[in-house]
Amino acid sequence: MSRRLIILALAPFVLAACGPNERDLAQTGPEPQLPRQHETLVPPMKIARPAGWDGKVPTVPAGFSITPMASDLKVPRQILVLPNGDVLVAEGSGGGAPKVRPKDVIAGYIKSLGKTKVKGGDQITLLRDADGDGTAELRTVFIDGLNAPYGLAFVEGALYVANQDALLRFSYQDGQTRVAGRGEEVTRIPSQLNHHWTKSLAASADGARLYVGIGSNSNIGERGMAVEEERAVIWEIDRLTGARRTIATGIRNPTALAIEPTTSALWAVVNERDELGPQLVPDYLTSVREGAFYGWPYSYWGQNVDPRVRPQKPEMVAKAITPDYALGSHVAALGLSFATQGGFGGVFAQGAFIGEHGSWNRQDLAGYKVVFVPFAGGRPTGPPVDFVTGFLDEKGGARGRPVGVAFDPRSRTLLIADDLSNTVWRVAARAPG
Amino acid sequence: MPERRTHDFETVSRPMLHPLHAILLAFPIALFTGALVSDIAYLRTAELQWSNFAAWMITGALVVGAMVLLWALVSAVLARRAGRVRAGGYLLLIVIMWGAGLVNAFQHSRDGWSSVGALGLLLSLTSMLAALLAGWIGFSAARRIAR
Repeated sequence: MSRRLIILALAPFVLAACGPNERDLAQTGPEPQLPRQHETLVPPMKIARPAGWDGKVPTVPAGFSITPMASDLKVPRQILVLPNGDVLVAEGSGGGAPKVRPKDVIAGYIKSLGKTKVKGGDQITLLRDADGDGTAELRTVFIDGLNAPYGLAFVEGALYVANQDALLRFSYQDGQTRVAGRGEEVTRIPSQLNHHWTKSLAASADGARLYVGIGSNSNIGERGMAVEEERAVIWEIDRLTGARRTIATGIRNPTALAIEPTTSALWAVVNERDELGPQLVPDYLTSVREGAFYGWPYSYWGQNVDPRVRPQKPEMVAKAITPDYALGSHVAALGLSFATQGGFGGVFAQGAFIGEHGSWNRQDLAGYKVVFVPFAGGRPTGPPVDFVTGFLDEKGGARGRPVGVAFDPRSRTLLIADDLSNTVWRVAARAPG
Repeated sequence: MPERRTHDFETVSRPMLHPLHAILLAFPIALFTGALVSDIAYLRTAELQWSNFAAWMITGALVVGAMVLLWALVSAVLARRAGRVRAGGYLLLIVIMWGAGLVNAFQHSRDGWSSVGALGLLLSLTSMLAALLAGWIGFSAARRIAR
């Protein structure tokens, strides 16, 4: 009897060791293949340990060059290019939700092994590369004393910064290299616990409204649904009055927002849930549909029910809509920027650049690169293409991890924040000839 | 139960466990029982704090239980022939208690309903029963020849 119990109890361990590794599944595009759920006692984990660039640089396609525009930053996360070409970099790391289970202590330690030891700067750094050689010759602390800044937007002479607890406005004069003061609070943003602390930000095409992405306070509601009020949502905020309304719900962790240039529609990259197996659930890129419910936590990719959530809500599952485009399971998409004004031309003329921070919840590392999803007529038209790779070394260590990306049509460059090596990379099309 | 033979001064009876060992065993007995009750409360209410309580109680039971396990192992190895069966049985129960508790700690690290479920409940019950039975054996009087 007791032996049978032990064997029964150990079965999930054994299954974890020889579980299906369905690497051939097609998990990108509008109709990803979803395997059956595969929960294990210990989730599949592989942490890419920090390796350092050691003089090397990421790999770019033929005809492009890449340079470190600035290094030794303090956890760079998102990037904004100002009208005069100056580059702003939000640096910080927030969160700090209390550890309520022994698991939180252990999982926090394991995930920290794949992150930088540098403390977040809680500041915005300005980089100026006036001569266009790919290296910033001027670097200043643009705004300091912030609280885990992440999302950045610029509208009509004002810079908007999404701290982890509030949306701030700073007035700006062309050429300014430092902004004094604490800024003006446009609105508070939900910040209780901040299990997912990053507050993404984008301005509407006409500049009248701002959009803030607010991530969930848990993986799948395991901190109780009371702390999920106004979480896993996207807010639309009147830029001048601060009045806001919730335009999308059940959208687990919308880590970057951007406006698609041909249709002016709002798009988001979203991080989906963990611990349902190495191939579940795909992170996604989606247009944000007004009033839509994207399933979290009750279901994923439309109406696939998550059995871990109780009480279950079939009436919510019935409302859940399917996102537009899967990016792959656990790739951790954290950056989104559309190619504008012809982009880099050729294959990279029209579409979205996406920074994939990289996985922990699968045995084979996924993400750790910047991909390009081609668009036409305001919709994705094909599979993602690798744009910048080489963030992993031969031994499975991580030299860097991409976060925010920003395409600048004037200089025809793509900027990439790398929060492991604390670098901003600048990709440029090499001059012909 | 061995009868107490007060007329025979050559034999004395005392519990099998050293007092410190007994105190250590009291922790898993109480904590695994508490974990089972918390698990039942979670499965009835879906209130996650109950599952969190159970997770900490199981962890606490494992920490103190590890010392019990070690002590039981040493005692079984050093046991004289007369006490060998009993020490071995006691050790087996402690192994079951601790082994099921370890698996259950991982079970309780899963999210939401999966942190307990049928398997979590079964494991909590197994640990509790093994701990209680081990306690029954350990706290019962053992007959020993004093001299």
